[in-house]
Amino acid sequence: MKIMPCPLNGPRNISEFTYGGELNAMPDSATCTDAEWADYVFNCENRVGVVTEWWMHNASSYWFLAERHTGSDEILRTFDPKEVFTQRVDFHAPAQEVRS
Amino acid sequence: MPFALLKYGLSSEYPVEVDLPAPKDLKSAYDVVIIGGGGHGLATAYYLAKYHGITNIAVLEKAYLGGGNTARNTAVIRSNYLTSEGVRFYAESVKMFKNLSNEFDFNIMYSERGQLTLAHTDATVRAFRQRAEVNKHFGGRTEMIDRQQIRELVPTLNLDPGHLPVLAGLWHIDGATARHDAVAWGYAKQAAKRGVEIHQLTEVQDFVVEHGKVTAVKTNRGTIQCGCVVQAVAGTSSLLMNKLGIRAPIHSYPLQAMVTQPFKPFLDPLVSSSALHCYVQQTSRGEIVFGGGSDPYPLYNTRSTLDLKESLLAAAIEMFPFMANAKLMRQWAGTTDMTPDYSPIMGRSPLDNYYLDAGWGTWGFKATPICGWTMAELVASGGQPPALIKPFALERFSTFRQVNEMGATAASH
Repeated sequence: MKIMPCPLNGPRNISEFTYGGELNAMPDSATCTDAEWADYVFNCENRVGVVTEWWMHNASSYWFLAERHTGSDEILRTFDPKEVFTQRVDFHAPAQEVRS
Repeated sequence: MPFALLKYGLSSEYPVEVDLPAPKDLKSAYDVVIIGGGGHGLATAYYLAKYHGITNIAVLEKAYLGGGNTARNTAVIRSNYLTSEGVRFYAESVKMFKNLSNEFDFNIMYSERGQLTLAHTDATVRAFRQRAEVNKHFGGRTEMIDRQQIRELVPTLNLDPGHLPVLAGLWHIDGATARHDAVAWGYAKQAAKRGVEIHQLTEVQDFVVEHGKVTAVKTNRGTIQCGCVVQAVAGTSSLLMNKLGIRAPIHSYPLQAMVTQPFKPFLDPLVSSSALHCYVQQTSRGEIVFGGGSDPYPLYNTRSTLDLKESLLAAAIEMFPFMANAKLMRQWAGTTDMTPDYSPIMGRSPLDNYYLDAGWGTWGFKATPICGWTMAELVASGGQPPALIKPFALERFSTFRQVNEMGATAASH
């Protein structure tokens, strides 16, 4: 059984968690190009080494960050996202009429 | 001629047929460098030599021939996909597989047994109707069958597993299996016969890029100049693309599979259930092969986990309860390069003479011949993708034209 050390709930079986992808900086959807947005949505580095990733504890819906080695599956560190996100993130996506 | 036979038998230079010539030094330049000596890379080399007269080709393999995902898949051949782009492509591949043994003069043990996918919900039944019609439209043989017909095809199958009774089945008559190693060996032998050089234990470490073109490939055995490069390295596609700064939506997940001790023949078709995340088939040696969904998170590792063994075997025993006493003989895993729409990435890359055959997830083996054929067309035409692979271009993600095959993987992931 593989153990994930959850920053909120302590060490738990990894089957209680959902993987949420690599941590990437989000471009501003209001100003970026379609290509930049597609790159953010789809592409990833997918490399071998220590990668910072999003994980969620299913039962408590708690999202956190983990540093994990994608070759050895060793989890080096898990931490609360407030270490990275020091201020509130607002999403600027004003509703617009679609013109054809 | 008894005398000739005696002379032949006593000859000191016993004429052994050599399948693959002994390795030689790398040349300083090749017209085409193919990275990856698995089924896809070798098939590309073979069709380039056979149909396009291009033989100054080096196939570079970092380990041994056909030892990567070519040897790790569960050897399922089928074309009952969901989209017209996918069905057209895979149906062509199934057609080519049927004739490969003759073409190679080497038995790939192609065995057309049919593939049965089980529906346990109304939504799956609806999806199956669509798949059956799309498949028929493109020349495949697929039909919907009811519980009675399933019982007749597979008498040992439990039609009422726990909370998920079987409602109907998608019966794909073209479904088949073949010996995966033999496919790689057959292509290698025929390509080598036509002058293609196959270099094992030759790892690509870096590239030399000038003016948007790859001019040379750096390997552990020296640098070679190249006219163009094809990458066909299932499982490590991103690692190679990262060296060239090519961004792609590939996530690498392990996929685990296992086989039991041999049994007397009892299971002719390949049987899969998307609701139970499990597919089962009996090999010609009598062993039962189990496969399921990929692991729940990405990893470049082929280790085995207890979690997956438990969930996969629980599903297998629901389907075939008598297997509860079976002993497992082997377990293994391969790295699957998953794309968001469950279709491959084939065609041109942002670099002029660098061609991609990547993102082969869990659907690579069944496409081996058609991949080789279309990649050879692409290379020989200097980068004009044939119609069959146009929809699979890397650009489809930035233009939001994905080819969604999510509903058609044997055990939906």
